[in-house]
Amino acid sequence: MSEKHIDEETGTETTGHEWDGIRELDNPLPRWWLWIFYASIAWSVVYWVLMPAWPAPPGMQGHTTGVVGNSERVNVANDLNALQASRADFFTRLEAADGYGAIESDPALFRFALAAGESTFGNFCSTCHGAGAQGFVGYPNLNDDVWLWGGSFEDIRHTLVVGIRSDHPETRFSQMPAYGADGLLSREEIRHVRDYVLSLSGETGFDAAALDAGGAVFANQCATCHGDNGMGDQSQGAPNLTDAVWLYGSSPEEIENTIWRGPYGVMPAWEGRLNDPTITALATYVYSLGGGEAAAEAEGAAGE
Amino acid sequence: MSTARHNLISAPGVETHQVEAVNDATQRKLYKKREQIYPKLVHGKFRFAKWVFMLLALGAYYFIPFLRWDRGASAPDQAVLIDFEGRRFYFFFIEIWPQEIYYVSGLLIIAALALFLVSALFGRVWCGYACPQTVWTDLFIAVERIFEGDRNKRIKLDRAKWSFNKAWRKTGKHAVWLLIAGATGGAWILYFHDAYDTLSHFFTGGSPMSAYLFFGVLTFTTYTLAGTMREQVCTYMCPWPRIQAAMTDRDALNVAYRVDRGEPRGPHKKGESWDGRGDCIDCKACVVACPMGIDIRNGSQLECIQCALCIDACDDIMKKVDRPTGLISYDTDINIDRRQAGLAPVYKFLRPRVLVYAVSLAIAGSIMLFGLTTRASLDVNVTRDRNPNFVTLSDGSVRNGYTLKIINRTHDDLEYTVEIDGPDGLEWRILGQEATRGLTVDVPAERTQDFRLFLTVPRDTITTSNESVVFTVSPQGSDETRTAETVFLSGGPR
Repeated sequence: MSEKHIDEETGTETTGHEWDGIRELDNPLPRWWLWIFYASIAWSVVYWVLMPAWPAPPGMQGHTTGVVGNSERVNVANDLNALQASRADFFTRLEAADGYGAIESDPALFRFALAAGESTFGNFCSTCHGAGAQGFVGYPNLNDDVWLWGGSFEDIRHTLVVGIRSDHPETRFSQMPAYGADGLLSREEIRHVRDYVLSLSGETGFDAAALDAGGAVFANQCATCHGDNGMGDQSQGAPNLTDAVWLYGSSPEEIENTIWRGPYGVMPAWEGRLNDPTITALATYVYSLGGGEAAAEAEGAAGE
Repeated sequence: MSTARHNLISAPGVETHQVEAVNDATQRKLYKKREQIYPKLVHGKFRFAKWVFMLLALGAYYFIPFLRWDRGASAPDQAVLIDFEGRRFYFFFIEIWPQEIYYVSGLLIIAALALFLVSALFGRVWCGYACPQTVWTDLFIAVERIFEGDRNKRIKLDRAKWSFNKAWRKTGKHAVWLLIAGATGGAWILYFHDAYDTLSHFFTGGSPMSAYLFFGVLTFTTYTLAGTMREQVCTYMCPWPRIQAAMTDRDALNVAYRVDRGEPRGPHKKGESWDGRGDCIDCKACVVACPMGIDIRNGSQLECIQCALCIDACDDIMKKVDRPTGLISYDTDINIDRRQAGLAPVYKFLRPRVLVYAVSLAIAGSIMLFGLTTRASLDVNVTRDRNPNFVTLSDGSVRNGYTLKIINRTHDDLEYTVEIDGPDGLEWRILGQEATRGLTVDVPAERTQDFRLFLTVPRDTITTSNESVVFTVSPQGSDETRTAETVFLSGGPR
C-alpha cells in the first residue's frame, strides 16, 4: 500500500493502486445498490428457510426441504392434474359420445377430439404411418378410402383397440401363405396369377393363355380370402385386389414379390396403453382424414 | 447573504433571489450530489396553459376507459380497449386484429413524425406540456405546495428539525402522492379490461394477478418518478434531450433569453435610468421558477424542458419594473443574432426540415386512413395439405386436402358461400357438413373459422400434375367477395 492519496477533482480518497498513472477512486457503493444488496442477503435467509436449499444427509432426502414444502415434482404433478381436470369435461363427453355423428354435431367436442387425436397420432402412430398419416410401403395410408379391416368410425376404433397380430386377446390375424418361399406355387404360376391380379385392376396387355392359367390358380388358392372376383373381405382383413391402391407396391415385380413371400403387417393394440376417450379421439382424427366410410356402406367392398 | 437583499429592490413586489442555478452546467462539479430543487409558483399565460393542459391530459387519461362505443352485441362496448384475451385492439371506430399489427406500427410512425414536426417548429413543447413525466411532476409539485407552502416555506421546512407540524405536512403530502400514483396505476389497468367490471373486481380482490402487478408497478413508478426523481428523469434517464438536438435548428422556436435586450444585466434601483444597460435586473426570478434547476440566461441547454415558466416569472417582473415583457420568450437563435446585429427578426417556419416532416406525416396519415377506411371485413386464406401432397383413392381418382380459413370481421354472424373453380370433374366436400349444407358455411361474428375441404378429381380427367384451384368466398346477401388461389397436385396422368 502506498501512502494516502486524495483525488483532486473529486476530493475522494483513492485506493492507493496506480496503473500507468491511473488511480482508482475509493468511492462508497451507491446507496440504492447497497440497500438492494442487504435486502438480497435478508431475502436469501428467508429463502433458505422456506424453500429446499441446503445439502443434507440422505436421511433428510439429501437436502433441507423448506417449511413451505415446495418441490418441483409436486408442482409438475399439480400442473398435470390441473390440466387433466381442465380436460376432464371433454373426456367425459368423448366417453359418453355415441359414434362419430354425435362427436361431429358438437363443434367444441369435435375440435377437441381432432386436436387430441392429432397429438396422440403424432406421439404413437406417426412412426409407422407417417406424420401426415400418408403411410409407407407396407404401412397403410390412412388418408385414402381403402381399409383392410373396415373404414367406418366403429371399425377404425375397434382396430385401434385390439390391434393387428398384437398381444390383445381379441386381436385379429390375416395370413397370406408365402406361395413362393414355401414352395406352394412355382415361379411361373406366380407370374401368371400376378398378371391375372393386375388385370382385375384394369391393366391390359397380358397374354390370354397366361391370364387363363392365372385365373385358375387364383380360383384355387386366392379366392377363399380375396373372393371370387378379387374384391377382398374386410372381415378377415383380405385386401381388395381390384382397386388402384397397393399396400406393398403396384409394379409387377413388387406384386410378384408379395405373392412369393406372403407379407403381413403388425399393429399394437392400444387398449391399456391409451385410455378409452383418447382412443375415441384418435379414431375421430383418423376417420376425419378423409377416407372414412359411413357405417352403413362398409359392406364387403374394400381392401388394400 | 441576505444583508444586501432588500437594498436591491427596484420596484414594489420585486425581490432578488440570492441563488445559483443548481443545474448550472458551468458551475456543476463532477460527482456532485443532487441538490433539491424548490420551484417557485409563477402566474401567467404559460402557467395557465399548463394548468389547462394538465387538466385535459389527466382528464383524458383517467376518464377515457369509461367512454362507451357501441359495436353490437358481439364486441365490447368500451371505446378504447386493448383486449389481450380476445386479441383485439379497439380505438373508437378502429378495430385492430393481430394480423393487422402494422396499423400499430403506422400509429407509432405517425406519433414519431408528429413529434419531429412540432420539435422543428416549436422546440421541446412535448417535454414542456405533454410529456407524462412533466404533467405528473407538475401535479406532484402542486400537491407539495398545498401541504408545505411555496419555495421559501418548503426550504425552511426541510431545514427545520422534526416536529409535529413537519411530520403531518410530510405525511399528508406523501399520502396524497400515493393516492394519485395509485389512481394512475389503477387507470392503466382499465384500458385492458372492461373498466366498470375491472373496477368492481379490483376492489373485491377478483382481478387477475397481472392487474395487481401492473397496478403496483405503475403506482411505484409514478410515485418515485414524479415525487422523488423529477428533473433527474429528464436529465439522466430520458433519451429525448439527446435526440432533440438533431430535431431542432436555429430557426425553431425555443424558450430563450433575449441576450440582445437583457445585457448588461445588473440590479436596478427605482428611479435609476435604464440607459446604457440591459433590461435584466438579475433578480433570478427565472431561476427560482425553473423546475429543472437551470438558468435560462445561459442559453439553450440540455436540461431545459421548455415549460416556459421562466417566461411567466420574468414577464411578471418586467411589468413591475415597467419594462416591456418578453425578455425571456419563445424565440429563435437566428433572431437573437439578428437583433444583436441590428436587423429585424424573421420567422421562417417553412424550412426543408419542416416540409419533409410535414409531407412524411401526411403520407403516413393518408396510408393509415386509406387502410382503415378500405379495410376488408372478410379475409380468406387457403392452405393446402403438404403431407401427403395428394391421395390416390381406390377408384384411381386423386384427392387433395385443404384448410380454408375465413375471417369474419363484422359484428354479425354470417353465412358464406364458397365457390371452387378447378380442374374438370372436380368434386368437393367440407369435413363435418357434407350431408347437410353444401358449399355454405357459417362464421360467427368477429371470428376466424377453419374448414377442412377435400377436393377429388377423377383419374381420367387429370392432364397435368399441377392445376390451379380458386376459392371464391362471399357473404350471402352481399356482393363482397374474396378469392384465394392454390393448386391441385395429382402426380400427373398415369
